[in-house]
Amino acid sequence: MNSVMKGAGYILVHTPDMIMHNGTTQTTERIVNPDSDYLKQIKSHLRPYDRVCAYYPNQTYIGNITPFELAKVEGPWQDLEAPTDDRYGLFGEIMPQDEFYLLIQAADEFELVYLDKDFVAGTLPKLAEDPIITEYILKRIREGVDQERLKKMVEEEGAEGLYKDDHLVGAVRRAHDIDPNLSAHVMIENLVSKASSVLALLYAVKNAGISPEDVEYTIDCSEEACGDMNQRGGGNFGKATAEIAGLTHSTGSDVRGFCAAPAHAVMVAASLVKAGTFKTVAVTAGGSTAKLGMNGKDHVKKGLPILEDCLGGFAVIISENDGKNPEINVENVGWHAVGTGSSPQNVIASLVTQPLAKAGLKVTDIDYYSPEMQNPDITKPAGAGNVPEANMKMIGALAVKEGDLERRDLAAFVEKHGLPGFAPTQGHIPSGVPLMGHARESMLKGEVNRVMIVGKGSLFLGRITNLFDGVSFIMEPNKGESAASSVSSDEIRKLIAESLRDFASGLLESR
Amino acid sequence: MDLENQKRIKDLTEEHNPEDIVVLLGAAEGEASGIAAETVTNGDPTFAGPLTGVSLGLNVYHVCEEEVKADYDPEVYEEQVSMMEMVLDIDEIAEEMKAIREEFSKYSA
Repeated sequence: MNSVMKGAGYILVHTPDMIMHNGTTQTTERIVNPDSDYLKQIKSHLRPYDRVCAYYPNQTYIGNITPFELAKVEGPWQDLEAPTDDRYGLFGEIMPQDEFYLLIQAADEFELVYLDKDFVAGTLPKLAEDPIITEYILKRIREGVDQERLKKMVEEEGAEGLYKDDHLVGAVRRAHDIDPNLSAHVMIENLVSKASSVLALLYAVKNAGISPEDVEYTIDCSEEACGDMNQRGGGNFGKATAEIAGLTHSTGSDVRGFCAAPAHAVMVAASLVKAGTFKTVAVTAGGSTAKLGMNGKDHVKKGLPILEDCLGGFAVIISENDGKNPEINVENVGWHAVGTGSSPQNVIASLVTQPLAKAGLKVTDIDYYSPEMQNPDITKPAGAGNVPEANMKMIGALAVKEGDLERRDLAAFVEKHGLPGFAPTQGHIPSGVPLMGHARESMLKGEVNRVMIVGKGSLFLGRITNLFDGVSFIMEPNKGESAASSVSSDEIRKLIAESLRDFASGLLESR
Repeated sequence: MDLENQKRIKDLTEEHNPEDIVVLLGAAEGEASGIAAETVTNGDPTFAGPLTGVSLGLNVYHVCEEEVKADYDPEVYEEQVSMMEMVLDIDEIAEEMKAIREEFSKYSA
């Protein structure tokens, strides 16, 4: 019996100051070309928080607008006003930067994060009003230090600053004097990933209607690595995140695979639950500071706002079958193998048409595909095109080549089975999983039948292999069997054994 | 263009005769193809990589351009590229590539 997706959390954090101080495009520019026009222009291209909240793709990501509704609104969306600008959505929220700095401190176990005391006093009451933030988290936030102390940390002790409207309001210190794996730069990246993952995980647990103690295993699938010089990627963001989110009965581990990691992690989680190893598994990932403003040069050059101004996070809860929630079909997953080859048609065949053939389905039997759901407002001006649409064209083109679709129906196929991209370009965040929350809602309402989640990853960026990677799985409505109502395999074995014994004794008697 | 790829192309031009090198691109659309082609001819237009200010003038084509298509084994082309021919706007890509070659390539035929 397949496991089910019980709920999801999707969060964004608006981080305008972190674009300049932590996004690699900007930090590289500050080293290579410190007087560049680009650096001077950034500030006038930053969006205020209310514009970020009124942005169609962001409202779609947190669940207030469905992707099916978004598909009816012609883009680019950056100049439009969404019908809602709520901070809170069906799946999560858009947290402002100042409150998030407090959450970073709450995620810190080693007294590495220091905040200005006036800043804490002014911001803590705001964070306390956020209904998802627990007492445990609020208690972890310390009173704060004075400006002089913060300045000394940043200017003399190698700490990374945290800024609000260019003013220093916090510092993240290095965790070791010489180990580059514990530098202030790495620690801020890791703590940001952890803190945003905590936020997404809190929402996933709440939205699944379970108690935090129900989660037995937490898999992190972000793109960061934690460890020291003796074990650089030692890991376990999963367990570390579960701790802050109050999942006291959970252990965990990390799944990595560049942008494909979330799809791998959901597949692993669904298999662990199906196997009976755990009853409830959380899959979670936080955001990446490095990618803030990644395509900022192109956006500024084209007179656009810097659209990569938010961190993204997501989490899903996978549980044993409850007879109600959508199932994750782990029997017909697709995977790009070592020997698959890197040509687009080999890739799409391995991820889409081969698993569908195994399941006895055609390309048109999937209502919606969720490949890489990057927001085209961000990627098109940067020369990367409309990524989800390009993926849909490839799926359609392969179906034409394999004879499942007429060439003349290709455009209509893309239109009917594809959805617009609405996820921030945070690497692993857009890859397949953004649709899972909306897909669950639509399946529970009986509006959508089958969805295919496709995760792809550029492994070659790590320079350890030249391979590409990807996995895919199908989400489908519940077939109505629940783990509680069905007979277990142990019971079946017992019944068979009993009837064999009866049969054998019957044979003996007849002799 | 990826900074590491810029470095690899630059290294290749130091190892081999630049006239004998052809760069083949697989970018998904015209503008991206143009930027990559400009990088290996006139220099990195984003001023970020090792080819910033380095005008290699290499011969550069997109894999879907007619000029190079005839050189492939048709079976390999069918298996590796034909699906993408249905997906890509080849006219747009070819136009962009031709313009860059004419302006910056020192060795194109």
